[in-house]
Amino acid sequence: MSDITRDDVAHLARLARLAVTDEELDTFSRQIDAIVDTVSAVGDIPDDVPPTAQVVPQTNVLRADATEPSLPRDVALAGAPAAEEGRFRVPRILGEEL
Amino acid sequence: MTAVSTPGVEAAPYTVEEVCEHFDPVMGLEVHVELNTATKMFCGCANAFGAEPNTNICPVCLGLPGSLPRVNGAAVESAIKIGLALNCRVRERSGFARKNYFYPDMPKNFQISQYEDPIVFDGYLDVPLDDGGTWRVEIERAHMEEDTGKSLHVGGATGRIHGADYSLLDYNRSGVPLIEIVTKPIVGARDRAPMVARAYVTALRDILRGLGVSDVRMDQGSMRCDANVSLTPKGSPVFGTRTETKNVNSLRSVERAVRYEMGRQAGVLLSGGTVRQETRHFDEQSGTTSPGRAKETLADYRYFPEPDLPPLEPGSAWVESLRAGLPERPWERRARIQTEWSLSDEELRDLVNANALDLVADTVEAGAPPEAARSWWVSYLLQQANKREVTLPELSITPAQVARVIALVAEGTLTNKLARQVVDGVLEGEGDPDEVVAGRGLAVVSDESALTAAVDEALAAQPAVAEKIRAGKTKAAGAIVGAVMKATRGQADAARVQELVLERCR
Repeated sequence: MSDITRDDVAHLARLARLAVTDEELDTFSRQIDAIVDTVSAVGDIPDDVPPTAQVVPQTNVLRADATEPSLPRDVALAGAPAAEEGRFRVPRILGEEL
Repeated sequence: MTAVSTPGVEAAPYTVEEVCEHFDPVMGLEVHVELNTATKMFCGCANAFGAEPNTNICPVCLGLPGSLPRVNGAAVESAIKIGLALNCRVRERSGFARKNYFYPDMPKNFQISQYEDPIVFDGYLDVPLDDGGTWRVEIERAHMEEDTGKSLHVGGATGRIHGADYSLLDYNRSGVPLIEIVTKPIVGARDRAPMVARAYVTALRDILRGLGVSDVRMDQGSMRCDANVSLTPKGSPVFGTRTETKNVNSLRSVERAVRYEMGRQAGVLLSGGTVRQETRHFDEQSGTTSPGRAKETLADYRYFPEPDLPPLEPGSAWVESLRAGLPERPWERRARIQTEWSLSDEELRDLVNANALDLVADTVEAGAPPEAARSWWVSYLLQQANKREVTLPELSITPAQVARVIALVAEGTLTNKLARQVVDGVLEGEGDPDEVVAGRGLAVVSDESALTAAVDEALAAQPAVAEKIRAGKTKAAGAIVGAVMKATRGQADAARVQELVLERCR
């Protein structure tokens, strides 16, 4: 068993801005614990195997520094729940400072 | 140091000298630089400051589902150049990572950055200090990432978040290429720490400007500095708790922020308190810092490799070609130019202060003698710049054009007076110097027979003056020269006219 606690899950939920009930904390800590256990099998791989984050054998895929058309502003803003003065309007940010 | 005495302004309780009686300051400086590439880091939207809100945005920099980033090759090249200029090693294989956090200025909910394998690392910069010395600042790393959007907080009293009713977001800056340059801890600077911090950021700005990779305008946010400061009790082997001061937006503020934090932390520690590890906000007005948001810890960012971007392997051929193209360090260039042109410290300083050094150097490179090049830029052109309320580099005349004007004077096609009119023409957008000369009909009348005829005509018109000259009163020739200059609309070489007058009266 790895040791994913209810506190760990509560912390993750806060970082992900998810509201989680007490019951869910129990469920998720059990489930995440099981997932981490399963994944921990990668620990058996010998150290001389380099980690792989990319399965496509490509490097240096670079774009030329040439401008391409942007979205028209009204199109970009059309998907927003609220807009004002050509900007996306979002609820105020609580408890944080710039 | 004298304490700031502006009314209502809180001065740090201890001066740096007092702080250093008890503590050794340790600094770490993080500088963010926006690159001046034409496009953003991961999409082809224009990278432009000051555009109408949300006009340079697309699915990639808005983080819309299904969009995929593509790396800007020019930004990678700039990152490598910066690393080489800072004596860094270039990583053979580096990659991008996602830094996860939620904030409305970052629509993807993660920032594409670099984590364990920054493109360049382990360098140093030998920083020239005001007192003539040099301070070596060790560079930990420089990595590539993307800038965030800009928030406008509405309803709050000061535009700060507290009391804001809602926020308005402009994503034009979202995805602009950003290089973060991180120093290793700077130790041992003692009471010179604030000066070293300022000197480092100044040197970095000069280097980056010399590389041409960024506008490095702190006032516009294209260069931003975060200053980490801690105090180690004298004799202790352990660094004290650090604070990170953000929003330090000028070179002077870098020095002030470090000085204030040193004084503030000493006040806390000497009164028996403990320094909290926190992000602090620098206030330009008062020169003080105040607590900002509680920082998420490194693990909270849940970095992981960016699955949508393949790794970078710059390869030695590319790196070496970039290294070969690196310009001279700005302060070494200044020293060389001072020697080569035999400038006094004051003359050099005037050139630097007027933003004229590079322009003069480029004018010399285009073939002009240093003295003439310098004289044009710091006198007539500086006047014109002041008149138009722009800086010298913003004047619409190139060093090559100035060099051409100087050449035209040297070969006798233009007098100094005519040359100024040619420069005016260039500044008015009438074309290259030769086009202005042709367009305005400004070339010196150097046709000897035409000049001689004009001289004879003037002598005939003023017989009494002609008689005086013939009698040996050569000073009287001035009147005839004046008449000829008037007849030729100032386009004759006055010295040559003088010679001709005396010749014709012999």
